[in-house]
Amino acid sequence: MTVSFLVLAVITVAGTAAAMGLRNAVHCVLALTVGFVGIAALYLQLDAQFVGLTQIMVYVGAVAILAVFAIMMTHSPTPAPLPAYSSFWLAGSVVAAAVFAVLAWAISSSPAYTRIAPSQPDLTTQKIGEALMHRYVLPLEIMGLLLTAALIGAVVIAMDRREETT
Amino acid sequence: MSPLGSYLLLSSLLFSIGLAGALTRRNAILVLIGIELMLNAANINFIAFWRYGPNPSALTGIMFAIFSISVAAAEAAVGLGIILAAYRHSRTTDLDQMNSLKG
Repeated sequence: MTVSFLVLAVITVAGTAAAMGLRNAVHCVLALTVGFVGIAALYLQLDAQFVGLTQIMVYVGAVAILAVFAIMMTHSPTPAPLPAYSSFWLAGSVVAAAVFAVLAWAISSSPAYTRIAPSQPDLTTQKIGEALMHRYVLPLEIMGLLLTAALIGAVVIAMDRREETT
Repeated sequence: MSPLGSYLLLSSLLFSIGLAGALTRRNAILVLIGIELMLNAANINFIAFWRYGPNPSALTGIMFAIFSISVAAAEAAVGLGIILAAYRHSRTTDLDQMNSLKG
């Protein structure tokens, strides 16, 4: 393991663990952005520059901001702060730990564990764009349709219908 | 570069953190964020297997990751819209209190 991978892994795991562990929801999302930036840096380390920058733009720029907006719009000033964890937090933690144990066992016992990366691919953003416009153009169009439908659906679901009824 | 297994271990750890958050948090928005973390762990696997695979110039892992990020963004938008609608209905995002879908 290289030092850069260890640093990025520590940043990512610390950010995401803080995002799932802190009590204040806004602090959680701020920690989450650190985790997302760490994941983007891991993509850059794996020579996937386009995906790394997409990760920063989509997750740090859009999803985290959307989550902060949703938290602020649903913030109810309760006199007594509610507990941050649900009533079955112990069972949930045990299930998550068991899932990690099984995955780690399967990964460490597989022959792919020690696989070394082949030489660096000559990958440019131009090639990704050409692939998106030629071979993967149908999935791209379907994705655009899906995103449009999802965003219109989100607006319709979240719309306040009180004016219509009065 | 690190061997493939270190990336897979990191992504399985991220998946478990997201799963633990989705199972244990009370706030519905943080549960949604936990699901996003699980999707991100899957994306790390896509990119790692693409990079360590025999033919990285085929771009398949990159395409999978790009489309997966798009689906995750759509899912986040719809999920937060549903949470806002549920909050407007029941005035809470606490999942221990939101135990009924009946109007």
